[in-house]
Amino acid sequence: MIERSHHDRGGLPGGKVERSEHDYAEWERRVDALMMLLSGVKGGRKLMTVDELRKNIEAIGPEAYDRMSYYERWITSITQTMIQRGVITTDELGRKMEQIRARPGDPCRK
Amino acid sequence: MPQVANRPQYPTDHPSVPVRFAVGDRVRVRKTYPLGHIRTPYYIRGHAGVVERLCGNYPVPEELAQMRSGLPAQPLYRVRFLQREVWPDYAGRAEDVVEIEIFQHWLEPLSA
Repeated sequence: MIERSHHDRGGLPGGKVERSEHDYAEWERRVDALMMLLSGVKGGRKLMTVDELRKNIEAIGPEAYDRMSYYERWITSITQTMIQRGVITTDELGRKMEQIRARPGDPCRK
Repeated sequence: MPQVANRPQYPTDHPSVPVRFAVGDRVRVRKTYPLGHIRTPYYIRGHAGVVERLCGNYPVPEELAQMRSGLPAQPLYRVRFLQREVWPDYAGRAEDVVEIEIFQHWLEPLSA
């Protein structure tokens, strides 16, 4: 049984606090906007809750959790939630990712 | 309360279980470690504090995280703890406190 989840860090050494502000990349702004739209706060359909966002962030394995940036955790969680809710399927996601990787000049192309 | 632009404001008038605690009541946080999405920090479980305010009634996040309604709602309290009681090696002032928002179902009454 897991007594203490990896994210639940209150009281543990946390290292240095980075106090400087930074600009968000365009994709980070989009992830934030996506969450606002999916959670229905701008009206329209409510396709997920902030609690599901948190649950699926907490479900990321400890190593990946530490490696990912804030919005990388968000998009991982949003994607997981959309699959769990049946808004998208794993197969649709996989095919779309293949399609995008095949675009000429795409930095994700392998 | 300061409002952050473009962030959602949550209603607090959900059908709720009865409010059990009043401001000033002494309470203890339940010391239990279930699986799931839990908003009660690990480090505060088992500690005693005092109810500072009732924040409202909110659907239960543990249930909302699993695609359920979270109703009936549970009262959410801001509970005040003495830092020196939470951290054995606390080096700050004796009267320093930490305040944490905790749902009613995580709290037990404690006689003064």
